[in-house]
Amino acid sequence: MDDKVITAKDLTKTFGKFTAVDHITFDVKQGEIFGFLGANGAGKTTAIKMLTGILSSTSGEAKVAGYDINTQRNKLKKNIGYMSQKFSLYEDLTLKENINFYGGIYGLSKKQIVTKTGEMIERLDLQHIENTMISEIPLGWKQKIAFSVAILHHPKIVFLDEPTSGVDPITRRQFWNLIYEAAEDGITVFVTTHYMDEAEYCDRISMMVEGRIEAMGSLKELLERYDAKDMDEVFLKLAR
Amino acid sequence: MQRIIYIVQKEFKQIFRNKMMKPLLFVMPFVQLGVLSYTADFTVKNIRIYIQDQDNSPLSAKLTNKIEASDNFILESVGFNYENGFREIEKNKIDVILSIPEHFSRDFSSNRNTSLFITADAINSTKAGISINYLQNIIHDFQTEQAASKGIIELKPGVNIIKRDWYNPDLNYKFFMVPGILVLLVTMLALYLSGMNIVREKEIGTIEQLNVTPIMKYQFIIGKLLPFLIIGLVEFTIGLLIAKFWFHVPILGSIGLLYVFTFVYLILVLGIGMFISTITNTQQQALFLAWFFSVIFILMSGLFTPIESMPEWAQKLTFLNPIKYYVEVIRLVMLKGSSFSSIKVNFAVITLSAILINMLAIRNYKKTA
Repeated sequence: MDDKVITAKDLTKTFGKFTAVDHITFDVKQGEIFGFLGANGAGKTTAIKMLTGILSSTSGEAKVAGYDINTQRNKLKKNIGYMSQKFSLYEDLTLKENINFYGGIYGLSKKQIVTKTGEMIERLDLQHIENTMISEIPLGWKQKIAFSVAILHHPKIVFLDEPTSGVDPITRRQFWNLIYEAAEDGITVFVTTHYMDEAEYCDRISMMVEGRIEAMGSLKELLERYDAKDMDEVFLKLAR
Repeated sequence: MQRIIYIVQKEFKQIFRNKMMKPLLFVMPFVQLGVLSYTADFTVKNIRIYIQDQDNSPLSAKLTNKIEASDNFILESVGFNYENGFREIEKNKIDVILSIPEHFSRDFSSNRNTSLFITADAINSTKAGISINYLQNIIHDFQTEQAASKGIIELKPGVNIIKRDWYNPDLNYKFFMVPGILVLLVTMLALYLSGMNIVREKEIGTIEQLNVTPIMKYQFIIGKLLPFLIIGLVEFTIGLLIAKFWFHVPILGSIGLLYVFTFVYLILVLGIGMFISTITNTQQQALFLAWFFSVIFILMSGLFTPIESMPEWAQKLTFLNPIKYYVEVIRLVMLKGSSFSSIKVNFAVITLSAILINMLAIRNYKKTA
């Protein structure tokens, strides 16, 4: 039964009197695409920050890739990738230089970096902009590049925090194709979004409302349970 | 180690791609070194003087000529009336009045007591003091010359002072100021650049991405610090060359010693900058803090005003001032040729502080909120 790469039990974060994340308990299985849905301010980002080891939890416990989120952060960080809603590549470095930098930080060898860079540029068809400054590349492309950089070191899990906010539907579709490819490669994907229609791309979904997980299951299960025709309706029923 | 190299590479690329950076690094400091060294001049020149000559004798004319011939004074006018001169002081047209009394020539020649009266505008008390001092020197010279021409060796019994200024025999203020200003430039550059650096990553959001990587805190700080250390040493080298070949400041001591000290000192200043960067959230805040510290450090460094003339409590505060230690060392080593044993206290203080502040910066850089 050790195919669970994330286990969280009663994970809680309070800021003063405000409880951002309220006793959430869930598991994520190896190779799964786990959707973390919720409105803006529901606590998704806070949860993801705790799971990636950049925010201490107030109470409860969680293990990611087998490592405790509060006591084994460094080992944990070697095994995860992360892409935040804020854009995370350096605007004043070229595409190649960004890949090179993050590859180096994750401890890849020079040879590995060269191979992986080549692969990635080919896969995304970026030959013509490989030496272009990131600041001159359109947003949709940047998101795809940022995702690819986040999984450059082939982590066990990749955390994506609102990766598709602000990009057009076509690019979103392409972005999800990249996510599928990563999942096929064996990378578990933990993705937050407030686009309810993106739920259909996920194997399992958890619905967060005001810091709590109100519902969890596959899309089909949720639609049946709440007698809804799509996730929007589920969301509205839960949020009420 | 590998990670540190990757950070250093990235920092250098970013520094040299920033359009503002190149002029900031390679033009501004040396313009400042040039301009400040010529302007931060403590010799008082162009003192405007009015001579009230009530004697109107060949002797008083000789004295007037001697003053006029001096580099420090500009003889604005000569007159009989004291009030005329004083009105000019009120209008800020004159700095000093020298009053030569009636019968000056007669009394002087017959070795009787006679007094010259000096009035100085003391709004700037330092300038007034120096002006009076110059004037006294001229008058003393004049007295000696006159006495000699009359065949009297010693004018009056007393102590004759012969002075010799060691280490800077020409009293060239540039020798004193240029090394100090060099310190200032190296310090400011290092402090501001490092202070703005980490906080910049906070502002653009990349710090979060770095925080989820397995990078260690010390690797991060060292990687950030190294590029500026190298830049700081390059700046110091260029500054030193300008000091030597443009201002002809003598470098009597060991250049190696200067570099070793500068190296440690830069680590300290960069550490302060890093520390500022870790406790602030925006570049504005960081800039303000860096500015606050640099102004206090500079004014209390002994660079522009001697520490010995500060009040007791302020003198004690200067023990916390890194610039003070560096200014002392660079002046001692360059102008006096002092060896390590004369600067070992400064060296110890700076080394310890450098270790301490960098440990603080590393501790304070939070990968986890």
